[in-house]
Amino acid sequence: MATVPLVEKPPAPVAGPPSSAHHKKGILSYWRLYAAISPFYLLFLAFGLIPVGFSLYLSFHRWDGLGSMEYAGLSQYRYLLSDTDFWSSIGNTLIIWALATFPMIFLAMVTAVMLNSAVRFKNVYRFAFFLPNVTSVVAVAIIFGSVFSTNFGLVNALLQAVGLDQVAWLNTPWGIKVAIATLMTWQWTGYNAIIFLAGLQTIPGELYEAARMDGAGPVQTFFRITLPLMRPVLLFVLVISTVTGLQSFSEPQVLLQSTANESTFSGGPDHAGRTMVLYFFQQTFDNNDFGYGAAVAWGIFLVVVIFSIVNWRLVQRRGED
Amino acid sequence: MATTTQTEPAPTEPPRTEPLRAKRIRGTGRRAVALHVSLILGVLLSAFPFYWAVVMSTHTSTEIFSYPPKLLPGSHFDDNLSKLFDSVDFFGSMFNSLLVAVSVTFLVLFFDSLAAFVFAKFSFPGRRVLFATMMAIFMVPAQLAAIPQFVIMAKLGWIGSMTSLIVPAAANAFGIFWMRQYMKSAIHDELLDASKIDGASFLRQYWHVALPVVRPGLAFLGIFTFMGQWNDYAWPLIALTDPDNVTLQVALSQLNGVHGTTDYGMVMTGAVLALIPLLVVFAIGAKQIIADLGKGAIR
Repeated sequence: MATVPLVEKPPAPVAGPPSSAHHKKGILSYWRLYAAISPFYLLFLAFGLIPVGFSLYLSFHRWDGLGSMEYAGLSQYRYLLSDTDFWSSIGNTLIIWALATFPMIFLAMVTAVMLNSAVRFKNVYRFAFFLPNVTSVVAVAIIFGSVFSTNFGLVNALLQAVGLDQVAWLNTPWGIKVAIATLMTWQWTGYNAIIFLAGLQTIPGELYEAARMDGAGPVQTFFRITLPLMRPVLLFVLVISTVTGLQSFSEPQVLLQSTANESTFSGGPDHAGRTMVLYFFQQTFDNNDFGYGAAVAWGIFLVVVIFSIVNWRLVQRRGED
Repeated sequence: MATTTQTEPAPTEPPRTEPLRAKRIRGTGRRAVALHVSLILGVLLSAFPFYWAVVMSTHTSTEIFSYPPKLLPGSHFDDNLSKLFDSVDFFGSMFNSLLVAVSVTFLVLFFDSLAAFVFAKFSFPGRRVLFATMMAIFMVPAQLAAIPQFVIMAKLGWIGSMTSLIVPAAANAFGIFWMRQYMKSAIHDELLDASKIDGASFLRQYWHVALPVVRPGLAFLGIFTFMGQWNDYAWPLIALTDPDNVTLQVALSQLNGVHGTTDYGMVMTGAVLALIPLLVVFAIGAKQIIADLGKGAIR
């Protein structure tokens, strides 16, 4: 929409030397412009489009990366559908995603609402809340590995201090998922709070004023005014969390690599932390099964697309009610 | 603005039982205190893992394994530091990380802003299609391309070297989109027209007219790119096949994999040291990044 005024303007202030530009408006006269945008497209061609096409081709073949490729038809995909390890990796990913995302969105919204009303020190708070997000996942996972350590972890020390039983966090299926989800929640709450805050600041103050005149309480105001107006921002946050959360790799990989016995991509005891992308790495780079790895990658892509659409629909649907 | 937000009720608080009028007069101060207390609690939760990492980096393993946990710094940072430098080539890895992050940042700033300038201010055949294609590329997940990328780079002989990290990251759709949005409003067409009448070439316009007015946008993109590259892990883990020639994140992960269950103090020292350059860069650009991030999301 915003591009309209541009097109109406006299086109291309610079297209070749003024004398020749007037006569032949051939495509060649724009060569400078094409040259200027070409680096991105060349890189994309070499490391994006060709690889993606090649990976589709690969998924119909058997290949270990060294020998010759062997046509396999749909058998990789047929195997994928019956592969219980792949299905359980989808389950792990979705559970971790849900455990991380819902608390995160809730906490981020609460934080944003608080920041929106506290006028003093707002910048200091925003800085502090954003800090977890800029730190590397590797460092964060190492730190959280120690927080959730069975023997000397802080969480267990706390449990012991209040007289509760200790939990072998990184050794039990649920403990692993909770630890990964906690890490993600910690790292992304502040980021999302800042995005929510930006959304809250676009809501005109008169609306709140009017609501208060009508005798609406804080809770009512939040659900009747704030939340409906925040729907687009909420949608943005949800879609971003879905796309990044369903492709989590570094968190479980670093957190669980030292508990793994077979492969650093195995996702800990009972593979409880093996997400879809971890499974992809394991099949591809540990087993050197490039054909099957490619099929797994396309499977992940499909899951992410379906899940994003479902999320999108759910949030939009509720808006129409 | 400030007055409306001050009196505006905070929805997260439970409703009070006092009469409304009294609440509005006396409650403002008390509510402010409650708000700040909750927010400070949040800040402590955000900051605590950093603090704990620093504390652990100053203790020996025996101290770390003892109960109750050590909550105050100890005196063994030196020991952990020398053990760290004995175990990994810390400065070599840090040099690699800097090399990759700095090169990618400059390449991205140049290529992205140049392409963005074209998309924001010029019309040419195929512009819409090319731009739409670029936005679609945005959505392609990394692992779809990962295997062939690895194969292509192996053929080129880049696997194991930093080239395999720098070249594919040299231009990206996000940066072009971001700079285009910025340039559309920041660069006035009159300025471009004037420079054209003066006979300025395309590159001259880019360099002397466009770039000077979009410095804040470039700052955001630069810091954002640097931090992203510094923290990148999955692809370097695969592409850097020589364990002695890796980036800092991969070195840290190796360290954790080998010593993660035995020598936490040393591993944590590495984690803390690796965070410092990043925190410095973030501190420089924090204000801009936080403000732009919000703007980008609600746009």
